[in-house]
Amino acid sequence: MIKAIGYFIEIIKGALITIRHFVVNMHFHVMKLLHIRTKRKGAVTIQYPEERKEIATRHRSLHRLMKRDNGQPRCVACMLCATVCPSECIYIEAAEDPDPEIQKYPSTFIIDISRCCFCGFCVEACPEDAIRMDTEQLDFSGYDRTKFVYDLEKLLG
Amino acid sequence: MSEILIILIKVVLALVWLLVLTLYLTWAERKESAVIQDRIGANRAAIFGLRMIGLFQPFCDAIKMIFKEDFSPKFSRRFLHTTAPLISFVFVAVTISAMPFASPLHIGDKIITMQILDINVGLLFILAMLSLGIYGIILSGWSSNNRYTMLGSLRGAAQLISYEVALGLSLIGIIMIFPSLQLSKVVTFQGDLLFGFLPKWGIFLQPLGFLIFFIAALAETKRVPFDLPEGESEIIGFFAEYSGLKWGLFMMTDFMEIIIISCLTTTFFFGGWQVPFLAADGFHFPWGGEWILAHGVVILFQVLIFNLKVFFFCWLQILIRWTYPRYRYDQLMDLGWKALIPLGLINIVVTGIVMSIIK
Repeated sequence: MIKAIGYFIEIIKGALITIRHFVVNMHFHVMKLLHIRTKRKGAVTIQYPEERKEIATRHRSLHRLMKRDNGQPRCVACMLCATVCPSECIYIEAAEDPDPEIQKYPSTFIIDISRCCFCGFCVEACPEDAIRMDTEQLDFSGYDRTKFVYDLEKLLG
Repeated sequence: MSEILIILIKVVLALVWLLVLTLYLTWAERKESAVIQDRIGANRAAIFGLRMIGLFQPFCDAIKMIFKEDFSPKFSRRFLHTTAPLISFVFVAVTISAMPFASPLHIGDKIITMQILDINVGLLFILAMLSLGIYGIILSGWSSNNRYTMLGSLRGAAQLISYEVALGLSLIGIIMIFPSLQLSKVVTFQGDLLFGFLPKWGIFLQPLGFLIFFIAALAETKRVPFDLPEGESEIIGFFAEYSGLKWGLFMMTDFMEIIIISCLTTTFFFGGWQVPFLAADGFHFPWGGEWILAHGVVILFQVLIFNLKVFFFCWLQILIRWTYPRYRYDQLMDLGWKALIPLGLINIVVTGIVMSIIK
């Protein structure tokens, strides 16, 4: 009997918790409807396409290739990124550059985003700081796989 | 002729009230659960970019449900498979006919009861119809010809039958105090005052009866603390083989049962359409003071109050559904047979003793 009453009290306590959440959140929702500024919102939801979460400065997102002052890619086709890439999604074809200071430049530079695991090793390996992952583009979608193959033109943006 | 017309209008109005409320209860359930869990809930459905906090969601759901494939498995018994959801839907929907929405409306010398059927065994009628709903469950589980649905329907039948007993016992106390089975009379009796200030509602005379009734009624609706017949996510329930509109009918029945239970709770325990201190000609407060109202306004007031009470109990039931975890099956049976039914019997005995002493 005492046990049963104990259970009953716990049941009421549980209901009080949900009622408290309901009342408090409803209060904030109503305040929002009345355009009264409050300390917090009634829900923790971030309504994604319209509202976005702030991205951390050290995040890793879609790659981009850096340019020299004259518009040429900074990449010297040393193949370090392609070598270090654990998912082997970088494909580079080198060509000779007339400038003896540069010697090589990538004639094709392809990243298959659908294979990329966003580890950021390519960025760390690059001796020329030619590849970066700070475009803040995190959502990729496409109707076929070719949409996920980023070539030199796309990467230079 | 005009009698038939009036009845027809009443039927249509009551059904529209019930169905619209059912539709919006699906929305309310999603929204309320969201608010409880610090979320926002369905708010994307829009017409011409007008979102209205998701108020169009029920219609989207209905359209989706209608255009879904109406699939019935090859191994099912086709005829029973189709009739089962209809049976459970109809028997719940029909109970709305006995609900009193307000006191009788006088237009000229005509008296219009705000109730489709003012039958003198209204309470028995409602209990009978709610029990007949079990056939829908048993038939759906059995005609699907699937072992899991069969088990689900058996669980459902066992649960409903055991809680029906507690439900009936808890209402006997009410029948003893307000000596009538006619719902309109039960509500009229609750218009008096207790000790001069407390409305003579069932909850104040039968608190234990209310508790038993409400718990048993929750079990009747087959929702979460007692949702073993359905158990959508883990233990497969009786409508596993249903899809599209037939499945939708079962879902609608669930929500309709919530409304019916709320109506019953207000009618038996919270004074139905009775507003405290509101008599037929306006408010008469016990501390003196009057507020005379026209007859039509009084009726409107009563309908409004009845609706408010029903909404409150719908809210409460949704809250309960989103608060508690499910009972284990043996716990469910223990609660029914070992707790609620003895308590119901005690309630009857105590009520009888108190009544004989007071008399």
